[in-house]
Amino acid sequence: MKTLYISLKIFLFFTILTGIIYPLMVTGIAQLIFPWKANGSLITKDNEVIGSKLIGQEFDSIIYFSSRPSAVSYNPLPSGGSNYGLTNTKLKELVNERKKQFIAFNQLDSLTFIPLEMLFASASGLDPHISLNAALLQVERIAKARNYTETQKQKLLECIKAHTEKPQFLCFGEERVNVFLLNLDIDKI
Amino acid sequence: MITRDFIQIILFIVLLIGLTPVLGNYMFKVFNGKKHIMIPVLGWLEKLIYKFTGVNSGEEANWKTYTFGLLMFNLIGFVFVFLIQLFQAYLPLNPAHLTNVSWHSAFNTSVSFMTNTNWQGYAGETTMSYFVQMIGLTVQNFVSAATGIAVLLALIRGIARKTTDNLGNFWTDLTRSTLYVLLPLSILFSIVLVGQGVVQNFKTYETVQTLEGSQQIIPMGPAASQIAIKQLGTNGGGFFNANSAHPFENPTPLSNFLEMLAILLIPAALTFTYGKMVGSTRQGWTIFSVMLILLIAGLSISLYAEYAHNPIFGNLHLMEGKETRFGITNSVLWSTSTSAASNGSVNAMHDSLSPISGMIAMINIMLGEVIFGGVGAGLYGMVIFIILTVFIAGLMVGRTPEYLGKKINAFEVKMAIIAVLAPNIVILLFAAWASVIQPGLSSLNNSGPHGLSEILYAYSSAAGNNGSAFAGLNANTMFYNLTLGIGMLIGRFGIIIPVMAIAGSMGRKKITPLSAGTFRTDNSLFIILLIGVIIIIGGLTHFPALSLGPVVEHLLMNLGITF
Repeated sequence: MKTLYISLKIFLFFTILTGIIYPLMVTGIAQLIFPWKANGSLITKDNEVIGSKLIGQEFDSIIYFSSRPSAVSYNPLPSGGSNYGLTNTKLKELVNERKKQFIAFNQLDSLTFIPLEMLFASASGLDPHISLNAALLQVERIAKARNYTETQKQKLLECIKAHTEKPQFLCFGEERVNVFLLNLDIDKI
Repeated sequence: MITRDFIQIILFIVLLIGLTPVLGNYMFKVFNGKKHIMIPVLGWLEKLIYKFTGVNSGEEANWKTYTFGLLMFNLIGFVFVFLIQLFQAYLPLNPAHLTNVSWHSAFNTSVSFMTNTNWQGYAGETTMSYFVQMIGLTVQNFVSAATGIAVLLALIRGIARKTTDNLGNFWTDLTRSTLYVLLPLSILFSIVLVGQGVVQNFKTYETVQTLEGSQQIIPMGPAASQIAIKQLGTNGGGFFNANSAHPFENPTPLSNFLEMLAILLIPAALTFTYGKMVGSTRQGWTIFSVMLILLIAGLSISLYAEYAHNPIFGNLHLMEGKETRFGITNSVLWSTSTSAASNGSVNAMHDSLSPISGMIAMINIMLGEVIFGGVGAGLYGMVIFIILTVFIAGLMVGRTPEYLGKKINAFEVKMAIIAVLAPNIVILLFAAWASVIQPGLSSLNNSGPHGLSEILYAYSSAAGNNGSAFAGLNANTMFYNLTLGIGMLIGRFGIIIPVMAIAGSMGRKKITPLSAGTFRTDNSLFIILLIGVIIIIGGLTHFPALSLGPVVEHLLMNLGITF
């Protein structure tokens, strides 16, 4: 009986400490030091929230850079990947289809090497990034669809460059381009 | 692989080695009631806890009393988390208006978080209210890790002390590890994570009009505080469904690197604490070496498999289920670490790893979660293998086996065997059962040998208290919720109870002084023997099952066959 009382009291104490005080304290500090990040790195346009810097969006339109394939179509409720094994026939068919589609959509040579992330779905289904190569392969199509002049096309390339994130501290992770931020910016060209 | 890939891996290993004595020494001070830097900050709180609960911190217990307290405390945690899930719709902090959780899913989840497994049959953002995540799950993240440390401390005291029944005080061990180790590290780490972009708020989900004009609902919540302890406490239960692949849970390569390091940090440092407590840091480093060698071996095979060409997709590396910002190397480094350390968080979908990489993750779990392993749990699991190793070595040279001056007798070996068998029985029997009945098979996402791998991985993950998954398997069914829940209980307490019995029995023994005939347990010969025993026991038990799953899948993949 004594053990039960002690257990209950200790449990109550730790519930208050680690379940209430700890998250509230972290929230307080986080909201004070990094309010924008703590609230989801949200991006606004004309005073309307149009997305988060960190959460990818689906782009079907010919005037925007395409995001990676997503198993959840960029719907975050809930996030997730395809969970297809490599010997799954569906995955093989999907990859072939995406390859054809990417080539046709961007009017590329059929032998072009398509960056891998454009053929395979991400883990979260919300991956906001593609590789620099994948962005460059889409430039011609977008410039054409938007009837860009040569100077505007140069601006587009500069825009891509500006949105290319190098590996963090030169050694962590991969080089990548944030598709959502990029598309947001090319509307201003 | 390019230079940058190698730099990241080397940096990871160097930091792990470098931080081990620092944190290990600090924990030694904490657990032995010595003066340390956090006493001026939080010492008053420890005293307050004892005063409020009536715990006498000087009072020590024998193994049965210690274990009874532990079980009682865990039971209360289980009941509480179970109940708040059943009634979450009537509780506060539920801005997304999530409904009550089904009883079998609630059972599974509360067992899962109590046992430090953090297997998740549910998707966080569409199932659990902020109330449950915070007051239920975050708390269990702390105390289940602290429970693991407490068991380890009792075992160490049993080894290091002589002719005594006293193994320490469960309540002070629990309090000190939570208050001085887990809590300060978590506060620090969660702030760093928010600095990288992890969300930490109590807002309602944000509904936005995307650039193309469709609607996207972005989930929110107090994520950073839970993610910090989920990594540090080798828990692994994600705030969001995609776990640490979710951009809100792991936004940048730096957050990724730190989260990966946090997985192994405490289990690695505990080997140093162990060495100090048994009176020889060399003993601790010996265990550390065994763990590191096995980790690097698994990592190398896994990287090789992931970068190898495969005929199904032509000359392509595989980005299915991986995030662009992390790339392949970081995904594999994570999958190896998380499975070795009984963490179970993921930054890539293990279901879509190449068959051999997926198998390495599975083997890491099947070997008994001793390659760093869970907080506390990895090391007491390793001591079980050490007992078996000195027993086998003793048989070979014809001497009574000894470990650190303690004679190993039939009782310890019997208990060690129970602890080794308990999780393995769960894996093989449950997986065999699930793979022949309809409720088991209807949850599969992949067919062919990969389907068997999904089932095998699920029960390994449960029995090893890991929590990662081949997540294509729809585990939120009554069959899987119940069988996996039972598997987690056996995998946790089927080891803890024999370990505590060993601790009790070792504590009562005398210490035999070192002599020329003593079999040394701190040299390279012992490292090789111990690795051999771990691999032989794990390998012989699971090779047949693995050959039907990932091995055959690998061979068929190389022939270009799909299912």
